[in-house]
Amino acid sequence: MSSNTVASPTSTYLNNGLTLKSWLLTKDHKRIALLYLAAVSFFFLIGALFAVLIRLELVTPAGDLLTDETYNKVFTMHGVMMVFFFLIPVVPAVLGNFLIPLMIGAKDLAFPKLNLLSFYVYMVGSLFTMWSIVSGGLDTGWTFYTPFSTVASTSAVVPAALGIFINGFSGILTGLNFMVTIHTMRAPGMTWFRLPLFVWAHYATSLIQILGTPVVAITIVLVAAERVFGFGLFNPAVGGDPVLFQHLFWFYSHPAVYIMILPAMGIISEIIASSSRKQVFGYSFVAFASIGIAVIGFLVWGHHMFVSGESVYAALVFSVLTFIVAVPSAVKVFNWTATMYRGSVSWESPMFFAAGFMGLFAVGGLTGLFLASMGLDVHLTDTYFVVAHFHYVMVGGTIMGYLGGIHFWWPKITGRKYNDIMARVSAVIVFIGFNLTFLPQFVVGYLGMPRRYHAYPDEFQVLNVLSSAGAAVLAVGYMMPIFYLIASLKTGELAGDNPWGAVGLEWNTTSPPPTENFKTTPVVTWEAYEYPTPVEGHVV
Amino acid sequence: MSDNSKHHVVPLSTYYLIFLALMVGTALTWWVATIDLGAMNNVIMLTIAVTKATLVILFFMHVRYASKLTWTIILGSVFWLLILLVLTMNDYLTRSWLHYG
Amino acid sequence: MEQQTEASLLGMWTFLVTEILFFGGALTAYLVYRNWYPDAFALASYEIPIMPGAINTAVLIFSSLTMALAVHFAQTGDRGKTMLFIVLTSILGAAFLGIKAYEYHEKYVEHFIPGFGLPFEFPANPEYTNAARIFYSLYFVLTGLHALHMIIGLGIMTWMFIWVKNGTITQEYYAPVEIAGLYWHFVDIVWIFLFPLLYLIGRHVHHVG
Repeated sequence: MSSNTVASPTSTYLNNGLTLKSWLLTKDHKRIALLYLAAVSFFFLIGALFAVLIRLELVTPAGDLLTDETYNKVFTMHGVMMVFFFLIPVVPAVLGNFLIPLMIGAKDLAFPKLNLLSFYVYMVGSLFTMWSIVSGGLDTGWTFYTPFSTVASTSAVVPAALGIFINGFSGILTGLNFMVTIHTMRAPGMTWFRLPLFVWAHYATSLIQILGTPVVAITIVLVAAERVFGFGLFNPAVGGDPVLFQHLFWFYSHPAVYIMILPAMGIISEIIASSSRKQVFGYSFVAFASIGIAVIGFLVWGHHMFVSGESVYAALVFSVLTFIVAVPSAVKVFNWTATMYRGSVSWESPMFFAAGFMGLFAVGGLTGLFLASMGLDVHLTDTYFVVAHFHYVMVGGTIMGYLGGIHFWWPKITGRKYNDIMARVSAVIVFIGFNLTFLPQFVVGYLGMPRRYHAYPDEFQVLNVLSSAGAAVLAVGYMMPIFYLIASLKTGELAGDNPWGAVGLEWNTTSPPPTENFKTTPVVTWEAYEYPTPVEGHVV
Repeated sequence: MSDNSKHHVVPLSTYYLIFLALMVGTALTWWVATIDLGAMNNVIMLTIAVTKATLVILFFMHVRYASKLTWTIILGSVFWLLILLVLTMNDYLTRSWLHYG
Repeated sequence: MEQQTEASLLGMWTFLVTEILFFGGALTAYLVYRNWYPDAFALASYEIPIMPGAINTAVLIFSSLTMALAVHFAQTGDRGKTMLFIVLTSILGAAFLGIKAYEYHEKYVEHFIPGFGLPFEFPANPEYTNAARIFYSLYFVLTGLHALHMIIGLGIMTWMFIWVKNGTITQEYYAPVEIAGLYWHFVDIVWIFLFPLLYLIGRHVHHVG
């Protein structure tokens, strides 16, 4: 499989129509994926700029860079951009869109026009949110707690809420599209249990998007109604209950974190199988674990409300269920490890990112158990411990997984190989920078530093400086791929159909694929990840 | 996976019958609402509403002739709504059970 | 074509799932507050005249019948009857909205609109004013969202009428009409629940006997 005999495929989805219109009005899932790639990258940048401001402010104990009100807006917009406009859509909209039809042997998704619509809905939603930024920003926290958001806040609540509401429809449409596609468009022979685990992961994610997003939608409608019309549903002054808002908000927002992590876990399954040249250990366990995470993930939302005033009994129930939801995630980590055992593991950059994911996700997941325990949570809630926990799973988990996926499928998407040594260096820098940023936050949170404050007691400074320094390193690690990936478009070696020697329908077509994905509809006669008996080494 | 609801033509008489049943159910609901049956008022009215909804789903929406997948979707979504309602009320109904301190 | 039809139906059912959860969130708020303020809710509900609500329920059930008939005749290829029943369904839907508008106006006159800076009074029992505010907030949110879905439904009916008229809908390809029907029936089902939940809570306690 040496690539110096590979010829560049003549007709691909990239050169099938070169006008702006052919891109902006495309119905090709692969082009829509790239539109999304550009959009989410832009919003990630905005969210990251807000993060830079946060870490700069927190270098010194005094609130000297930003006023407290401005700081409130900065961390709020960081959260809103990152959660709603980056983490939730990124893997499904970019990699899911691109790969799912390929992986199941279909020409496109079930509803290509809906796919394009979901992109534009996403963009409209983002416009409203950007409007809220430029008209003074939002200061309620990304969590919009009432009655501050409905009554007291003077910031641009309604535009931001509207933006998130509209953006939610994009997620619903994507989830709907994936669900129907996976049910109805699998190629002949592609049974459910021959599907790549990436597809299972996205199916589970789609379930969450369909079942959960509408509830946050109605919640936002109620918040907007209260703010605009003066209804008093969440205002204790007129008999409303602010905790009701929290129930409705977290019913979606907790499963939302599984929307963020499940697709990334799907990526990890693919990378580890390919890099270990081995069937994923316990394939059906991993598949069912994805569904299990999606289902049980809907039963735990009250763990965000242990100290908000929910009943002790309800808190107990939610705590127990939260411990249970950790089990399917742990099953996956064990199975990935077992896959690597006695596999012929090759350590190219995707595997670096996957290994980073496993370590960081494990830390993030385990620290979640600390927070699930009611007694500990009373001490840890609203401290930096929580901030560190969710960054470990969302950034150490989702973003590492996403980067691994971008690197793994870059050759398929672009037809080019990138400089793998630089990529490995970048993965290591990200790993080091990430830990330097967020490990101190566990400590400083446990010692009592509250989150969402722009000033803190002097004794926390050393750890905060470490954290901010780590953020600088992390930023370098994140920026590196921009350079070598874009450079690969010009100077990268042609990839050929299957540069990694992986098993999967997406590798059975050209890189980049033609618009219709396959010259002839594939007929699947092999099991998932049916790798030949492991051989030593890996021909690069 | 075939959905044969589009092949099956439901006879018109079925539709008229269901319509009649729905109107009767509405009248019944109104009548029961005026009689004091204590807690049973809610139970009866909700039962009638669920029955009416079921008739619309089964016959007007052709689910009686639809695939297992469609049934799963409908039952699943009702179940999920119940999760939302039950676990939320689990909080409100138990707030007086135990107190801090 | 058959697989496309199956996919489209599956897509609409999936969308209806999101609608169930959407209204479900508002119903959760309703359930929570009805549990907190049972007497105030019963009294506030009693203050709503039942006749318009009952008529509207009958109107919607009738419109579900005409919708089912429209789908039936699309299935059997009778273009004329399909169009007739789509029009009838639309007229009934418009009637529903008209009656709703009348009800909303009455609320405005009686000072039962809990927002927009309007005066709100609950003379039946002033102690219940806050709880009544919450009841009416839920009333307007639930019926308002329902009415909005109704308006969208009328738009869909218009769209289907045009497609039947210009021949896009045929006996082989009538799935869009069936899908429109699913949406319409769903909006009817929401009302089937809203009627007892909003109009009939307090009748057994407060009826003029």
